[in-house]
Amino acid sequence: MRSRRPIARDYADYIRGFGGATALSRRSLMAGGLGAAAFAMAPAVLSRGAQAQVQQAQLQIDITQGTFEPLPIAIPPFAGGDARGAEIAQIITANLERSGLFRAVNPNAFIQDPESLVQSPRFADWRVIDADAVVAGSVSPQADGRLRAEFRLWDTVAETQLAGLAYFTAPDNFRRVAHIISDAIFTSVTGEPGYFDSRIVYISESGPATQRVKRLAIMDQDGANHRHLTDGANLVLTPRFSPSTQEITYLDYNGNQPRVFLYNIDTGRREVLGNFPGMTFAPRFSPDGNRVVMSLSQGGTTDLHVMDLRTRTSRRITSSTGIDTSPCYNEDGTRIVFESDRGGSQQLYVMSADGGGIDRISYGEGRYAEPVWSPRGDLIAFTRVGGGSWGIGVMRPDGTGERMLQEGYQLEGPTWAPNGRYLVYFASGGGGARLRGVDVSGRTTWDVPTPQDGSDPAWSPLNP
Amino acid sequence: MRAIAVSLIVAVFALAGCASEQTETSPTAGIVAPATTGPAPGSVEEFVQVVGDRVFFGFDRYDLTPEARATLEAQAAWLQQYPSVTVQVEGHADERGTRAYNLALGDRRATAARNYLVALGIADSRISTISYGKERPAVLGSNEAAWAQNRRAVTVILSGAPTS
Repeated sequence: MRSRRPIARDYADYIRGFGGATALSRRSLMAGGLGAAAFAMAPAVLSRGAQAQVQQAQLQIDITQGTFEPLPIAIPPFAGGDARGAEIAQIITANLERSGLFRAVNPNAFIQDPESLVQSPRFADWRVIDADAVVAGSVSPQADGRLRAEFRLWDTVAETQLAGLAYFTAPDNFRRVAHIISDAIFTSVTGEPGYFDSRIVYISESGPATQRVKRLAIMDQDGANHRHLTDGANLVLTPRFSPSTQEITYLDYNGNQPRVFLYNIDTGRREVLGNFPGMTFAPRFSPDGNRVVMSLSQGGTTDLHVMDLRTRTSRRITSSTGIDTSPCYNEDGTRIVFESDRGGSQQLYVMSADGGGIDRISYGEGRYAEPVWSPRGDLIAFTRVGGGSWGIGVMRPDGTGERMLQEGYQLEGPTWAPNGRYLVYFASGGGGARLRGVDVSGRTTWDVPTPQDGSDPAWSPLNP
Repeated sequence: MRAIAVSLIVAVFALAGCASEQTETSPTAGIVAPATTGPAPGSVEEFVQVVGDRVFFGFDRYDLTPEARATLEAQAAWLQQYPSVTVQVEGHADERGTRAYNLALGDRRATAARNYLVALGIADSRISTISYGKERPAVLGSNEAAWAQNRRAVTVILSGAPTS
């Protein structure tokens, strides 16, 4: 017998005590952000009579002895006769399957064709092939040259519409529409915010290890729309996205002087950040985008400094004889987690954003590094080295609940998806470097495709 | 000039003896036996091949070993002989650490080597430092022999010496 529970609650269970206590929030797809002029999209909810515009999910899934069964969903090619219809369905399918929470039903089993599905779903035809949900979409060119894409997500058991939206967009922007629809489906079914309409900036690597060429590169979270931002003349490292602007902060060896830089994605403009008497590195934006916290090495000691981007003034917030680095703000910018060897070996510490009240939070074996606060605040991801375990883990901000998600030689550099439920990191053991993804339970993993080797990933916020 | 070359060779043999007594697997400084036709005096090649351009460190350490001090003393003697030479000390780490930490560790190693050269009388203004962390390994490999050669501070001549 199938257990009958809403999938959102099962998803919270799946996150095992880490998501359960957190209020589930939904990103409103009616919000103005999607209508940003730059993308010329006009979303509209497709309602059916007097029924609620977007219903809470009523889909149900199997839970058997703690194992999670992904939701079977049918995603036929979008109707309308446009060649992009099939590709949009493929992008949505790949996104949802990569999440580990959905299983796409084999299209060969589909009974109802996409055109009639859009007119009126025959729910029995979908139930009989075990599709608990079906996506009815269409895409069509408009007279003004734009593309109109719309979808409805149907619960085939309850025979109700769970979500429905329509978009107008420039035709070459159709991949983004597919990601936005993916997010809408993900949110409707799981109750969790989406994360597919986002990008990853990272370091593209080539050449032998002794003469490695490293370039700043950016792509969609699924690897599409890849482009290099720097030419490889300078060594570049550790890019981080601004939460509020189209800017990246990163480390650039321009002029043989390693310094923290800002890079504007839209204009390509680069500028050094501040005029410090030593190497600055390990930068990270505050959640409001107005500050950058970073390390400054001077005379063999490394302390943390904060620069206000509006006034360009900076101040030191830690002072020890040790190495204080890899700082990261919490979700509201009031606290900072960082790593320090002040106690003898690399460990994680949390303090207030002005440097007060420093508390150590890591106490396991080995060294702890590269802490990254989840954008939803509930977890800190980290890299753990030695102590019989090298890998990527998470713990609560008070240091409790530590668990390793992936282990292996030289796994490092975790970065959170905008919904705080997935991570991308890189693996460089045995030569080369590859970007990989893992969900916060550690059970779902995927490879992030890059044209060359990749390291130092940083996931963007949801696209504006 | 001749006398200095001889004294350097003596220092080289003293170093080699020192290294052979150590049981650790630290690599010897990059020293080659002087040939009858060695690099030109005062050249970059002489500094790299005869004096030794690099010193090595223990895992996650930045203190100078006796062997490292001897190499830096030879570097200081050479730099005093050629006062127009400016150098940059590069600090490096092996791959067994995280990105940012290794950058800071490389800075510590470069600073330790530079401070010793300054203590030996080389003007502060002639020596800059840079850290590459684990970004520029000298040799490939994920084994102790490779790591030992990659945990290093390399004194690179920026100006004031010809390449032969």
